[in-house]
Amino acid sequence: MVKVKVEFMGGLDVIFNKQRMHQVLIDGGEVTIKDLIDYIVAEMISNKNDIGVFVENGTIRPGILTLINDADWELEGGEEYVLEDGDIISFTSTLHGG
Amino acid sequence: MKKKIKSRKVKSLIESAIVYAMDASEDFRKELIALKLENAKLRKELDESRGLEKEFPMSLEEYRRYGRQMIVEGTGGVEGQVKLRNARILVVGAGGLGCPVLPYLAGAGVGQIGIVDNDVVDTSNLHRQVLHDSTKVGMLKCESAKQVLNKLNPHVTVVTYPLRLDGSNAFEIFQGYDYVLDCTDTPLARYLISDVAVNLGMTVVSASGLGTEGQLTILNFCNVGPCYRCFYPKPPSPNAVSSCQEGGVIGPCIGLVGTMMAVETLKLILGIYTAKNFQPFLKAYSGFPDQTLRTFKMRGRQDSCECSGKNPTVTREAIESGEINYSVFCGSRDYNVCTPEERITVKNYEEKYHNDKLRGHILLDVRPHHHYGISHVPESYNLTVKELKDMEGELTKLKDEIPDIGIDSEVIVMCRYGNDSQLATRLLKDKFGISNVKDVKGGFFKYIDEINPRLPKY
Ligand SMILES: [Zn+2]
Repeated sequence: MVKVKVEFMGGLDVIFNKQRMHQVLIDGGEVTIKDLIDYIVAEMISNKNDIGVFVENGTIRPGILTLINDADWELEGGEEYVLEDGDIISFTSTLHGG
Repeated sequence: MKKKIKSRKVKSLIESAIVYAMDASEDFRKELIALKLENAKLRKELDESRGLEKEFPMSLEEYRRYGRQMIVEGTGGVEGQVKLRNARILVVGAGGLGCPVLPYLAGAGVGQIGIVDNDVVDTSNLHRQVLHDSTKVGMLKCESAKQVLNKLNPHVTVVTYPLRLDGSNAFEIFQGYDYVLDCTDTPLARYLISDVAVNLGMTVVSASGLGTEGQLTILNFCNVGPCYRCFYPKPPSPNAVSSCQEGGVIGPCIGLVGTMMAVETLKLILGIYTAKNFQPFLKAYSGFPDQTLRTFKMRGRQDSCECSGKNPTVTREAIESGEINYSVFCGSRDYNVCTPEERITVKNYEEKYHNDKLRGHILLDVRPHHHYGISHVPESYNLTVKELKDMEGELTKLKDEIPDIGIDSEVIVMCRYGNDSQLATRLLKDKFGISNVKDVKGGFFKYIDEINPRLPKY
């Protein structure tokens, strides 16, 4: 079991009852970010019509950055990163206005 | 090199003087006198530099003007100030981000500032684009900005480009500058700016904002840092992109991000960032409810990147020839989902429905609730496209909101501009099985423009 904080920014919080920070407990031995994404889709997005806002073709939608403890997930092994207790996983939608 | 810059400055000042001379108003006359004095001073400086080596690298007025920033430790004093004077910065977009960036760069004494923007000042810009003002509504934003910058600091050469940046004109414009600032508002412009900058080896300061949030990064730093495509190899779906026009934006929030861009630009010019200490980053600002600024450590340049990677396909040739089609790459939302028969004009609406005393129809406004709250047509219902979608075609759910509705009802749908209302029309017909649904072309704003200008437009 692993206990992490999950954060939604850049307007993504609208599909999570406008709540930015969530405590998440996931059962299992090695829990990867991929597992976390599946968990978020299955358990945390209450309106199934909103799933496309978060994932596309089985992975995070283009235009969303995924961060592990404030570092780009590309630096940490991407989807295969194994979560540790206390990790903060942030998802932020890219903004375009100016 | 210095001489060249000076004679260019003299020439552009003379040009400005001619333009101003054509306007006879008192303000412009005063400005003309100031410009003549400035011109004479620059000529004198030019003569001096042609002859004797000058005693100081700047005029005494410049020492006074920049003193408070030169004495800040780490700016490099006079040497740093000369770097700023020799710098040429291109700002693409004179909107919410450009408005704070421009005066800070001019104030700091950046030698040449280019402004690319083909948009004109609109009243709805002024809550955040505070470099412009109410007297400038209808004026080109780049010209409006130039007027302010010229008054703020006559030592700065301001060049305007009242055009839309595209693959065929970007290279020529970028080449005259040291750094580019992306103050634009679409994914298309962001990819284009980054791609052109990578091909020219230029560093980009890039920022964006929406609502109460903002983001800031430096792209292609010294031609070794990551570019926009390294971060975002695939563009977002057009349906996921929200603009200030539809998403709204808080002036000081976007303004703060623009101000941060100015800070980053000064750091680049003054050499605070070096190839050794630069780490790719993305700063995320949030204004509400707590003001926070987070710094994310970002990936470096990606070998797989189509522009800055090992085997680039996004080359200068491909961009200039139009082979890279940015509109196709970024896509656009397809709103045209209704047939001509399913749409009525605002005039039809007014004549046939609005004045219908018996109210045989149902008027459905599909704008967001907080938009509807600002102003709306009386006796209308308000449900968003998303809310309709979430009902998944169940008429009973729709009846909970609109008790009188049935499959035989005549429904008129309206939104802000006539885009979402088309999507809603499709849903009502195809999912709920209501056969008589019509969309109002041009939406609520067109109705205000053409039929009832007394209603508030926002
Ligand atoms: Zn790249």
